[in-house]
Amino acid sequence: MTDTAPAIELKGISKAFGPVQANKDISIRVMPGTIHGIIGENGAGKSTLMSILYGFYKADAGEIFISGKKTDIPDSQAAIAAGIGMVFQHFKLVENFTVLENIILGAEDGRLLKPSLSKARKTLVSLAEDYGLNVDPDALIQDIGVGMQQRVEILKALYRQADILILDEPTGVLTPAEADQLFRILGRLRSEGKTIILITHKLREIMEITDTVSVMRRGQMTATVKTAETSPPELAELMVGRKVLLRVNKKPATPGEVILDVKGLRVVDSKGVERLRGIDLQVRAGEVLGLAGVAGNGQSELLEVLGGYADGTGSVTLNGTPLDLSGKKSDGQSRRARGVAHVPEDRQREGLIMDFQAWENNVFGYHHDDRFNSGMLMDHAAIRADAEDKMARFDVRPPDPTLAAKNFSGGNQQKIVLAREIERNPDLLLIGQPTRGVDIGAIEFIHEQIIALRDQGKAILLVSVELEEILALSDRIAVMFDGQIMGERAADQTDEKELGLLMAGITDTENEHSVAEVEANLARVGGDASKEV
Amino acid sequence: MDYITLIQLLDSTVRLATPLLLACLAGLFSERAGVFDIGLEGKMLAAAFFSAALASITGSVWLGLAAGIGASMVLSAVHGLASITFRGNQLISGVAINFLAAGMTVLIAQDWFAQGGRTPSLFGGARFEPITLPFAKTVEDVPFLGPLYEELISGHSILVYAAFLAVPLTWWILFRTRFGLRLRAVGENPAAVDTAGVSVVGLRYAAVGIAGLLCGVAGAYLSTALQAGFVKDMSAGRGFIALAALIFAKWRPWYALWATLLFGLFGALETRPDVIQSVIGIKVQGQLLGALPYLMTVVILAGFVGKAIPPRAGGEPYVKER
Repeated sequence: MTDTAPAIELKGISKAFGPVQANKDISIRVMPGTIHGIIGENGAGKSTLMSILYGFYKADAGEIFISGKKTDIPDSQAAIAAGIGMVFQHFKLVENFTVLENIILGAEDGRLLKPSLSKARKTLVSLAEDYGLNVDPDALIQDIGVGMQQRVEILKALYRQADILILDEPTGVLTPAEADQLFRILGRLRSEGKTIILITHKLREIMEITDTVSVMRRGQMTATVKTAETSPPELAELMVGRKVLLRVNKKPATPGEVILDVKGLRVVDSKGVERLRGIDLQVRAGEVLGLAGVAGNGQSELLEVLGGYADGTGSVTLNGTPLDLSGKKSDGQSRRARGVAHVPEDRQREGLIMDFQAWENNVFGYHHDDRFNSGMLMDHAAIRADAEDKMARFDVRPPDPTLAAKNFSGGNQQKIVLAREIERNPDLLLIGQPTRGVDIGAIEFIHEQIIALRDQGKAILLVSVELEEILALSDRIAVMFDGQIMGERAADQTDEKELGLLMAGITDTENEHSVAEVEANLARVGGDASKEV
Repeated sequence: MDYITLIQLLDSTVRLATPLLLACLAGLFSERAGVFDIGLEGKMLAAAFFSAALASITGSVWLGLAAGIGASMVLSAVHGLASITFRGNQLISGVAINFLAAGMTVLIAQDWFAQGGRTPSLFGGARFEPITLPFAKTVEDVPFLGPLYEELISGHSILVYAAFLAVPLTWWILFRTRFGLRLRAVGENPAAVDTAGVSVVGLRYAAVGIAGLLCGVAGAYLSTALQAGFVKDMSAGRGFIALAALIFAKWRPWYALWATLLFGLFGALETRPDVIQSVIGIKVQGQLLGALPYLMTVVILAGFVGKAIPPRAGGEPYVKER
């Protein structure tokens, strides 16, 4: 082992953004032909480290060695030349270009396109054979699903003859089946001698595919261990620096009367595509109904209609009284008046105004309340006091109400939204992706708040693409696929495998199903899913 | 309306469409690369002035053209600096260029020539003269085809032919070359270009530079070919009509040709109210025709004639992010 030089060796890498030390004296060795995982909470500095390796940022200090040779990487060009390819979390593809055009972009052979395109077409065929990476070279990116788009990103790197492949949170947008497929491809790449760095915050993925794993915490590398010699609890502890409950502690639910009753709900989007195709569901007081599904199968539309900012047809009653779905007499305001609180899926776009301060964000939607107004004017003192109080109770850090929303971390932003919505004592809480982009410590807190609200006898409709989260929080689980509910299960009588099949639109969960069948089903709705992300 | 009138009308259409076409293609390069350019008008105006001024002083229209292109490219560089390097607001930068050009041209004209903000009339070698294509006089009397060739195709200045040749050339550059692929990509998703190891800034400057070049030719055409000398505000909103044509054309070169020809036809009709009256029997106010390009653009934008999807990254300064 001492004979071969590591594919990548970083020595003493440090990088600060203003006062924030994003990376502090990081050293790491990755041997060729291995899969090396880097795990850590959001904001631990994983992405910064990889951005340095890919020439996006310049490190303040430290050295990079590629295959034993000291290499300067001032820009992406240099990274590509050094044989490094990167698959970003958010794909860097041109939507209205074909697969082929995206692959050659920046790696063309000459001034004219034709020779480059025909060469790439040939190369693509051989790459498909070597690694099982099949794509239609002439399809437009906007017409293919997320899984396919990711393949294009991998192909882009391989076309540039990358020997080192960095994948940043690659499974965030994939179904379990698609993720399995990806891992098979990664395994094949490894066996062909490629070196892979996998950045993730999912312990399961680390355990499943990596050979070695490095843990990052607050800008530092806390440990590098052989995957075979560690365990998920140990890694979780290394990540957060203390023991974490991966399961939420909760008593069995005691469901009461029906709060939300949805019957035959349909939604047609602006393009005339039916996004919800007859949804029936009920949420009772004192229970959490989890809605699982791959992003883009109608969950967002459901939340929007119930939240009052999209139109639909069908019947929805709240506490036995119908809700207006036509959009004529309803909006977010009237829904709140009826006791519906909504923590939207995309907190940065729908839950907060990022440039506004925390105390201002604290009253959106409730700014007409008497307690926030005196006469014609808003009572700033009262709003601020309220914000301070909420921030203290929800442990928002830093507890500074005059800080702009964008300056809080994802978890703290979510706490601001959650505090605002929960505190009004709603009958029904709609909550979408409660912990997306939130670090483990805050996840725990947010989960506790949701369960506490349930125990107060409130009805909660939870939408999440994280199956683990759905399983941990829900009392009942409904799975959405292609605008319909594929099935409902009691949370303690199902598992990820069964839900995964339902998520792929397969209701007959008893039998074995081929990967091809699952993929075919997903491809059918894949186009939609990609737009959602 | 007889055949000769029709030919004359089309001839005038071609002449009026030329500056629109050049400016429209200028906008096309810039916006396809993700840089909105509402300064087309100002660049044209500055180019019109400096072309006429240099042509008047030196007596050479070619030096005039070079000066016009130079002036327009300087303004392009300002736009680039503001919106690409310093990531400023592209619309504000464009508006500033328009105001700058409107004021500066008249001011310098008065200082240099003291003729009330215009340049002296150009004649002889200081103007682009119409080119008579071979055999134009010979075939003049051939029925139908004769006048078509003699009046409509022959007898334009070289800049008109250059403008029309610029259409296939633009198409070829955009869709058949590496530069074109990257240019279109940078207008759609600059991050894709950046991570592919190509300079976003370089590409955008190149696009803005090409826009400057084309606007320069358009401006020179106005003052040294279409008319004989510079007068105050002579671009007369053509830069904005070119932008309207660009939307109408859905940012595509061949469509840009048809859109600017159509708008050129409106312009030609504006000067020939008698033709309209004889064809449809109603007297139409010239101003209404002048407003048509804008009205049609509103209709397009409202989505009545298919969707016009602008380049996705248009107007957005590129900031690197993880």
